[in-house]
Amino acid sequence: MRRLLLAAAAAVSFTAPAFAQDAPTQTLRIALRQDPDLLDPTLARTYVGRIVFMGLCDKLFDINEKLEILPQLAAGYEWTDSKTLVLKLRPNVQFQDGAPMDAAAVKYSLERHLTMQGSSRRGEISAIEHVDVVDPTTVRVALKTPYSPLLAALTDRAGMIVSPKAAEAAGKDFALHPVCAGPFKFTERVAQDRIVLDRFPGYWNAGAIHFARVIYQPIVDSSVRLANLEAGSVDMVEYILPTDANAVKSNPKLRLVLSNNLGYDSININVGHGARATMPFGRDARVRKAFELSIDRTALIQVLYNGLYEPTAQAVSQDSPFYAENVQPPARDVAKAKALLAEAGVKTPLAVTLIVENSPIAKQLGEVLQSMSAEAGFDTKIQQMEFASSLDVAERGDFEAYNVGWSGRPDPDGNLWNFLHTGAPLNYPGYSNPDVDKWLDEARQVTDIGQRRDLYAKVAAQTETDLPIMYLDVPKNIVGMSAKVSGFVPVPDGMIRLTGLTMAP
Amino acid sequence: MGSHFNRRLAQVVPTILLVSILVFGLQQLMPGDPALVLAGETPDPQVIAQIRTELWLDRPLPIQYLHWIGNVLQGNLGFSWRIREPVAQLILTKLPVTAQLAVMAFVIAVMIGVPAGVLSAVKRNTVFDYAASAIGLAGLSTPNFWLGIMLILLVSVQLGWLPPSGYVPLTEDWRQSLATTIMPAFVLGNAIAAVLMRHTRSAMLTAMGQDYVRTARAKGLRERIVVIHHALRNALVPVVTLGALELGTLLSGAVLTEQVFSIPGFGKMIVDAVFNRDYPVVQGVVLVTATVYILLNLLADALYVLINPRMRAT
Repeated sequence: MRRLLLAAAAAVSFTAPAFAQDAPTQTLRIALRQDPDLLDPTLARTYVGRIVFMGLCDKLFDINEKLEILPQLAAGYEWTDSKTLVLKLRPNVQFQDGAPMDAAAVKYSLERHLTMQGSSRRGEISAIEHVDVVDPTTVRVALKTPYSPLLAALTDRAGMIVSPKAAEAAGKDFALHPVCAGPFKFTERVAQDRIVLDRFPGYWNAGAIHFARVIYQPIVDSSVRLANLEAGSVDMVEYILPTDANAVKSNPKLRLVLSNNLGYDSININVGHGARATMPFGRDARVRKAFELSIDRTALIQVLYNGLYEPTAQAVSQDSPFYAENVQPPARDVAKAKALLAEAGVKTPLAVTLIVENSPIAKQLGEVLQSMSAEAGFDTKIQQMEFASSLDVAERGDFEAYNVGWSGRPDPDGNLWNFLHTGAPLNYPGYSNPDVDKWLDEARQVTDIGQRRDLYAKVAAQTETDLPIMYLDVPKNIVGMSAKVSGFVPVPDGMIRLTGLTMAP
Repeated sequence: MGSHFNRRLAQVVPTILLVSILVFGLQQLMPGDPALVLAGETPDPQVIAQIRTELWLDRPLPIQYLHWIGNVLQGNLGFSWRIREPVAQLILTKLPVTAQLAVMAFVIAVMIGVPAGVLSAVKRNTVFDYAASAIGLAGLSTPNFWLGIMLILLVSVQLGWLPPSGYVPLTEDWRQSLATTIMPAFVLGNAIAAVLMRHTRSAMLTAMGQDYVRTARAKGLRERIVVIHHALRNALVPVVTLGALELGTLLSGAVLTEQVFSIPGFGKMIVDAVFNRDYPVVQGVVLVTATVYILLNLLADALYVLINPRMRAT
């Protein structure tokens, strides 16, 4: 007994001062543009949800500002052949419920992503055939076919490892009290008001975490979000409108951090999806090219986005090693546009209906396109639609042109395959080109960066000719924060990583 | 109780059932597929099929309805498709928020509207009367969201007096709770204050011309007593009726105000649920609201019967 007491006293004297010294006390408040959906990495579907997961759930891998893949819960990896990935796990990592994060947990989580009913992750890692536990810190992932985007998929929700014990106990209700291996553990959620996470002292990298608590607050109205930042009611805002950027920049108490986004804004054109593909716009690539030539992307960006976004004519981010230099947005050329329309033999003005979301900025986009294209001989009609309805219309092919954006993925496959491959789920235009299909499939199978780059360059050039999707611009991640916050590293995925973040008192 | 009341009582259950069918049916008319919305950024066809199966969206509508209403009758309103929280629990946490906002807005409306109406009636055709009318008109025609954002910019950003948005429950910290709700309550109450002001003014003008007011004055009572004790008391009867009717306006006004001030109340919940096609939440909220209205009406009927004996016999 005496020895036990002594041991306990020693333990207390050993740990207590260190704890008292290190334990952070500050709270970080982050405003989100929307209320996240389910807080279960397997079922989650929203962009803002991913921002919350940055605090809650670590992933096997992460990406940095150069889009390089870095180990997180994995300590390293090796492709033993083109279909076998061996993951070495970081040792002594704990879940927030104290259970060990080991190979069995990785196997469990990957299988959960693959088989759980309604899983949104299945499509991202469906190339996995089975997962084997080699030893407590080694996992072997066997693929059905070579699949080079796999590591990139594991840098997002598909790579998040959940506590098997907690997941088994909660079943479908895991989202109400998620347990992962991230720096903060789930404390409370009040729908539409706040998500509260508290520091997890057992986090493997706890020394890099300088907050006791993080509160995520959905504030839908962009001017109210800004007002909260200005008034000091929140410390960070994950997205500031481009038109509000100057207000943040000119305020000495605030700071603005910009980075290129991984996604794009585009017009999807119905080229082969049901009856409405037979209109001249969908039938003849020359007509679509004429429309593109009538657009001045730089002027559009100046008007709508304060000049902050970048013009583009492809789906891949310019920060990516797979960016196709050969495909650049064409300069505005109304004369050539008119000539193309004449060549195509269409009667002008040619009526085109463009569906845009019912937000002020989307409407403005429609109006700018309307007036620019009118000069070339288009009569662009704008149809405003609430988002859920527009999704339905796009899915059914009941549209001619549809303005829609994509939040982007680090691997180019995530910006291309689902949108351009024949029969792919997000291929609203109904585009089908056997060459493009072949290149996209090949690029999934080869791992050499040079080879993949060549394949994606071919895809970019071909789709810029066929124009099933007219890429307009690359948005910026515009993060606003109090000048007291430091250590924020902007990564193109737009997430707020909490590691290394600090705030002056 | 009389047969009139019994008749009304017998109508309650069929009415609520009818409302439930209406809510369920109307929602089907909304364009947009909930499974597609739920599938989000990665609409894998297999996932969409699974979502449909899990949520009974692949069954015929009457079956879906019976499944839902069957659960409701057992006290289970289902769970939110978007965040998986039980609908009943969502309603229980959101209702007090909006109720607090509505009560505060109503108090503010009465505190501004009634005195302003009385004063402008008493000081009829003076500068005060015209100014009150102009301000009242401005209050009526100012959109809630605009006034809300302007107030946030002025009071929170420029002056730093109040938090710009958010909500703290009364039970947690009443000072903070009042601080977060006073601005939205003012925005919400301001339009109603204008309506109350106009009605109080005209009711007061009518009352001031009545014989009993002349009598009171002839008795030599001070003008203050005449206005407050004699005229206002009578003028208030129609104003109170109107105030009760405006409670409905408060609830619908809360939809916009809660959106602007990020207050997690009833209004914000239903707006988000409609946009996300979160059917169980929409159904649950509308059904509960309708039931409350129907029960309140029933209560009013009961009161009529108590007050008016003629309704007992028929």
